[in-house]
Amino acid sequence: MSPQMQLLLAVFLPLLGAVGIALAGRWPNLRESVTLVTAVGLMLLVWSFLPQVLAGERPQLVLAEMLPGLSIAFRIEPLGMIFACLASLLWIVNSVYSIGYMRGNNEKHQTRFYVCFGIALSAAIGVAFAQNLLTLFICYEVLTISTYPLVAHKGDAHSVRQARVYMGILLATSIGLMLPAMIWTYALAGTLEFTPGGILEGHIEGPLLGLLLLLFVFGVGKAAVMPVHRWLPAAMVAPTPVSALLHAVAVVKAGVFTITKLIVYLFGPEFLFSQTGTQWLLYAACFTIIAASVIALRQTNLKRMLAYSTVSQLSYVVMAAVLLTPISQIGTALHILAHGFGKITLFFAAGAIYTASKKTELNQLYGIARRMPWTMAAFTIGALSMIGVPPTAGAVSKWYILGGALGTQNMLVVFTLVASTILNCAYFLPVVYRAWLRDEDVAPKKDHGEAPWPAVLALTTTALLTLGFFFFNGPALELEAQMLAGD
Amino acid sequence: MNLLEQLPALQVVVPLLMAPLVAMLSGRGALPWLLTTLTSAASFVIAVLLTQQVLADGPLFYEMGGWSVPFGIGLAIGPFATLMLLVVTGASTLALLWGGASMDHEVGRSHLPLLYSSWLMALAGLLGIVVSGDAFNIFVFMEISSLASYVLVAAGPDRRALTATFKYLITGTVGATFYLIGVGYIYMMTGTLNLADMAARLGEVSELAPVLIATGFILVGLGLKAALFPMHAWMPNAYTFAPSAVAVFLAACSTKVALFVLIRFDFVVFQPNLAGHGLMFTSFLLPLCVAAFLVGSVIAVFESDLKRLLGYSSVAQIGYILLGASLLSAAGTTAAMLHMFNHALIKAALFMAAGALFLRYGSMRLSDLAGAGRAMPWTMAGFALAGLSLIGVPLTVGFISKWYLILAALEHGVGGAVLVGLILLSSLLAVIYIWKVIEVAYFREAVEGATVPAEAPVWMLSLLWLVVLGNFWFGIDPSLPLSLAGMEVPALLGGRP
Repeated sequence: MSPQMQLLLAVFLPLLGAVGIALAGRWPNLRESVTLVTAVGLMLLVWSFLPQVLAGERPQLVLAEMLPGLSIAFRIEPLGMIFACLASLLWIVNSVYSIGYMRGNNEKHQTRFYVCFGIALSAAIGVAFAQNLLTLFICYEVLTISTYPLVAHKGDAHSVRQARVYMGILLATSIGLMLPAMIWTYALAGTLEFTPGGILEGHIEGPLLGLLLLLFVFGVGKAAVMPVHRWLPAAMVAPTPVSALLHAVAVVKAGVFTITKLIVYLFGPEFLFSQTGTQWLLYAACFTIIAASVIALRQTNLKRMLAYSTVSQLSYVVMAAVLLTPISQIGTALHILAHGFGKITLFFAAGAIYTASKKTELNQLYGIARRMPWTMAAFTIGALSMIGVPPTAGAVSKWYILGGALGTQNMLVVFTLVASTILNCAYFLPVVYRAWLRDEDVAPKKDHGEAPWPAVLALTTTALLTLGFFFFNGPALELEAQMLAGD
Repeated sequence: MNLLEQLPALQVVVPLLMAPLVAMLSGRGALPWLLTTLTSAASFVIAVLLTQQVLADGPLFYEMGGWSVPFGIGLAIGPFATLMLLVVTGASTLALLWGGASMDHEVGRSHLPLLYSSWLMALAGLLGIVVSGDAFNIFVFMEISSLASYVLVAAGPDRRALTATFKYLITGTVGATFYLIGVGYIYMMTGTLNLADMAARLGEVSELAPVLIATGFILVGLGLKAALFPMHAWMPNAYTFAPSAVAVFLAACSTKVALFVLIRFDFVVFQPNLAGHGLMFTSFLLPLCVAAFLVGSVIAVFESDLKRLLGYSSVAQIGYILLGASLLSAAGTTAAMLHMFNHALIKAALFMAAGALFLRYGSMRLSDLAGAGRAMPWTMAGFALAGLSLIGVPLTVGFISKWYLILAALEHGVGGAVLVGLILLSSLLAVIYIWKVIEVAYFREAVEGATVPAEAPVWMLSLLWLVVLGNFWFGIDPSLPLSLAGMEVPALLGGRP
């Protein structure tokens, strides 16, 4: 198979899988097999690019050129490779988990659920491999629209209302801010291609550049930089597998990935931050980190707490991308991975608790670890990774970000990191403490144990990944080094 | 005599001659429909051949009966005109192929021959307007097409079609009269009716007052015909109550032909000869266009009848088209021409889907269409994709036109940036009103006790999907309309910047 064919297939395989799932809708076992086979196939396709990309090759595919400088094209570069590897790997785990969760809770419309998941994954891979901003924009919008039915899955008035908030914010920001910014960029530079070193240098400067950056950062609503973060807590009405893969990994990572990609390949980092009027992004990111953590502290619902934690963690990535030292840039990509592993584990655990006991609130979790030791062990590992305790994935990425901040003597960032670590402890550790060390205050109505085995298998796997990433992160570092070397 | 050389005349003559023939047929068989469809298809073939000739050799000039202009009747077919010919004949043919069954269903059988005869008259009239190089012939054809369209709309299944037609008739007549008054003034001052001749002689006219009055009458008259805001009141109802196939045909092309005349008349005759006319043109039309797309979209958001919703969306789209023209730049006029072609594709698809829903549900109220996404999945999927095109999502034709329109606006500094903001705002409104339909169809449970209708006939679906795919085809490869527009722009702007 030529690299072009393989690239085409990687982007469209989940979509084909979605068609297969729709056709197999009447036979649940066959349908789930289609999902799993597609997920494994996608991972093989994506991961088999890894040696090539590490060797410095950049497979490319132009699907259509509509107008000069305006095309639908895909190209694999290191950052996109990292994101695609993450999404394709976790899709498998998540599919296993979904089977346990959806069947365990007797959810309706399961076929629609899996179909939309397939479309969303296709869009996520498209975002990862987009060669230019237009392609990225299209995939970004497909991702938004395909996840609406997933968020509104329950179909009652409350979840439909929340889903509208979700889609309303994401569509309005992308069409109202990102699209104009894209058109502006095209009018300035005559192209939208992602080019190492950026395409905007010499076309725009000073406050106008700051304005363009503003349009992009808030236009990419999926990055959830405050104040465009409200959609993420709203999305928590979705079934937990959706929150886990999409609202901890694919969708939100698509957001910060897009921002990083814009900074690196569209603005050009050196050029961007040599101009005045662009430093506000650092402050916005720091503010979001602290503010979201404070809000998370006050949540009583487990999933909403995790959502605000995600808002906070996403801005770590933005902050690291803005710091502009090579070492913090490495932290950018590492944190995309590390947070992905950790947060999906936490959501899996939350979903497993709900499936086994129907508990959703923090104050119901006293002593639950005795009934669900595997689940809570995984939860604890995820929580430690959020805080950044070795030997978890979060420790690695925080280390690099902190290194970058210290290297540039940027005390604001150092302060933010310290403060948010304390806040992370403050809202995660009580949950862990109650679950393990306190007794149940009221006995549950039914005597439950762990959630169905596929769910436990999935969350154990991601917990192991969280631990494993602390020791085996070589390829990710190598890819990052290539990106920093100018391509 | 080489037949290929006579194509400009045949383009109009064929449907015009077939019209009385169809009127004399009996209403029982499918013959009236068949003959009309064949005639329309033949017109489409002629339009394609003409397009090829124009693409190869540049604009065509044809003298009726060999009498030289300005004494004889001249036909002028430039690239812009061929684009319109393609739109008109294509829309007519598709609407006929698509709607034969629904016409039988919605219109009494005994009326069918007369109705199809009127259809051909309307077609001939619209084509005549496009190919005419003569201001008075344009008026004559305009009357032919309008009178025939009134008949077509009045044939709608609902009695409210009659009041809708009456509104349409009054507005249309006022518009045509205004246009005629304007032409009269110019004839008085220049002594000619041929557009090219008029353009050449207008420069020598010393007394400009009658000419200025003429520009006003012509712009307003054609604005009425084109349903430019705030002269749009006739349009949504006319589309709503007309038979479905007629709605597809008229929505795709009738107002655009008036816009075509407006743009051609103004750019060819007035702008080269009247100092400061460009500024007047822009400052008169631009606010109206902005108001058109904002007001049209807002009303569409609050509309609860699907066809009226689409009608108001057309009001907005006409605003986009004329906005491009009123910017008076190469990019702007390109955007206008592209959007004429593209919007025809979009609206034809949307009205086809709406017509299929009407055929099965017998209602166009959104609340009655709950659950249509499950009952008629192919129809609704087609609607959704065409809706994306209306919004202007990349890969569709809607994106290409909006892209050009926005690039044209960006040439105008801060004011242009504001304009871009307004265009995007209106696109957001389009997202909302299309989403409203999608949500009712897909996410709301069907009305209690209502029978779940079957999917639309395969024949209708395949034509609907043909147009939907056209939306994507020309969205990915817009070279045909783009090259025609690119050929026309220098002629329209005449070397002006």
